[in-house]
Amino acid sequence: MLAKRIGLFDVINVALMAVIVFVTAFPIYYMFVVSISSGTAVMRGDVMFWPKGINFDAYRLVLQDSAILHAYGNTIKYTLIGVTVNLIFTTLCAYPLSRRQLYGRSMLTVLIIFTMFFDGGLIPRYMVVHSLGLVNTIWALFLPTAINVFYMILMRTFFSNIPEEIHESATMDGAGEWRKLVRIVLPLSMPVMATMIIFYSVHHWNSFFPALIYLNDKSLQPLQIILRNIVIDGDMAEQSAEMVTIVAQNFKYAFVIVAITPILAVYPFLQRCFVQGAMLGAVKG
Amino acid sequence: MSKLAKHRSLYLMLAIPLVYFLIFEYGPMFGVLMAFKDFNLIKGIWGSKWAGFKYFREYLTDPYFWNVFKNTIVLNVYALIFYFPTPIIFALLLHELMWKKFRSFVQTIAYIPHFLSTVVVAGMIVNFLSASGLINQIISRLGGEPIMFMMKAEWFRTIYIGSEIWQGMGWNSIIYLAALTAVDPQLYEAATIDGANRWRKLWHVTLPGISSVITVMLLMQIGKMMTVGFEKILLLYSGPTYKTADVIQTFVYRRGLIDSDFSFATAVGVFQSVIAFVLVISANQIAKKVNGHGLF
Repeated sequence: MLAKRIGLFDVINVALMAVIVFVTAFPIYYMFVVSISSGTAVMRGDVMFWPKGINFDAYRLVLQDSAILHAYGNTIKYTLIGVTVNLIFTTLCAYPLSRRQLYGRSMLTVLIIFTMFFDGGLIPRYMVVHSLGLVNTIWALFLPTAINVFYMILMRTFFSNIPEEIHESATMDGAGEWRKLVRIVLPLSMPVMATMIIFYSVHHWNSFFPALIYLNDKSLQPLQIILRNIVIDGDMAEQSAEMVTIVAQNFKYAFVIVAITPILAVYPFLQRCFVQGAMLGAVKG
Repeated sequence: MSKLAKHRSLYLMLAIPLVYFLIFEYGPMFGVLMAFKDFNLIKGIWGSKWAGFKYFREYLTDPYFWNVFKNTIVLNVYALIFYFPTPIIFALLLHELMWKKFRSFVQTIAYIPHFLSTVVVAGMIVNFLSASGLINQIISRLGGEPIMFMMKAEWFRTIYIGSEIWQGMGWNSIIYLAALTAVDPQLYEAATIDGANRWRKLWHVTLPGISSVITVMLLMQIGKMMTVGFEKILLLYSGPTYKTADVIQTFVYRRGLIDSDFSFATAVGVFQSVIAFVLVISANQIAKKVNGHGLF
């Protein structure tokens, strides 16, 4: 590489990137700052870059709120079950499709990819779930979206890169497809499995709409629904009595911070995995 | 042994996923029949009376529906003009950053918004743009009058597209960055030898190099046109902003699942699918003519 002089373009580029970083990170920082400030400071509009009247009452209230805690537990449960369902279905789909000798492979792949673009529509989908008696059950949250075709293709690509010789020698040792999958292919596929777990987990953690339309029971509601109720609809009837030193904004932002903390905590691992995953996808094109 | 019997176990493995696709992906496609019947939940699809094109006539002659359709198109056009290019430009700029550590830092921060849920982002928007929220505080400090952003139909499109860019620019740039690193460095060297400056290299080497990725992403964007940003719009819109915010998907949701107007909503859904189909196929054909290849 030839050494480059730093020109005007580079200076502007760096400045622009700095602005982008600020615009991206500030909203989250701002919410945190407000969440640890006192209610009066927030009401006066004094809080912008630094917290004022630091207290953690908002967090105390959020973390003691039974509705929030219950919903949080639901979301954790749904994420664990959902990702398990996803992994099983996606793997059982990707592995056979990765075997070149499979008769009808291209036709099946086309039929599956078709569903990425074309859809029966919201109402018919709801009706299918309804006719299966799954409305108001947690299964409505995982079964209708058990396989993400894009991720399945990623997995299939990965599987098809496993050398044929490995398959052949396993077959010679008397291994059937199931045994090959479990004993050989899966252990070799830890990177793509990690990517899948992460992508699907984020998806379930953030999932809002299926819970909205399929779950009627308040006790089944996940975090995102409660989040909407409180942060967007401002429904804080139960909590208002306790909000002495804080106001609605403190509580709302504290709740948001609590809701996104797991995602942010896992983020460094996400980064490593999804860059890998994206590279896999890009290579396949 | 026949080909099918030889791979018995593979087909067995596929059985479960295939049942999933049949029930939950292809099954709803047959539900389209609901659009042609006076669907009654108790009588089911087969027991309900045939209604022909009654519901299609109903919405095709409804001016409110055409406004909804217009909103869908306008939002998508805005998305194509403002939202679609930003990850590409961002990737190009990132690629030009010489300072590697800074580049990784920028990337790390830039990807975060994508992982925030729609509810969180909508919650941030609603609160920041509220009467006493962050944005209005800034406006007041600068001496202006607070603006009721969320209540004004004319602000909706800006808010929606702006938040989409905020959330998507970083994440969507990944695939372009991957494509950029795949461009042969020798082409750049040859261009330098020919005396090309930064902008000529961009035009003659970089853009052609990533054009196939851009095409694929563009086709996928077009394919999603009819279902544009549904969840976010649902969380952000309200009565006063229906005029610009209501799109086909939200209209279908309200009429179908809230008002229980099943046949009507399904009929509108058919419109959605047909238009989406036409858009994707035409865009694909155009891509083939321009680029030599499309998605299918």
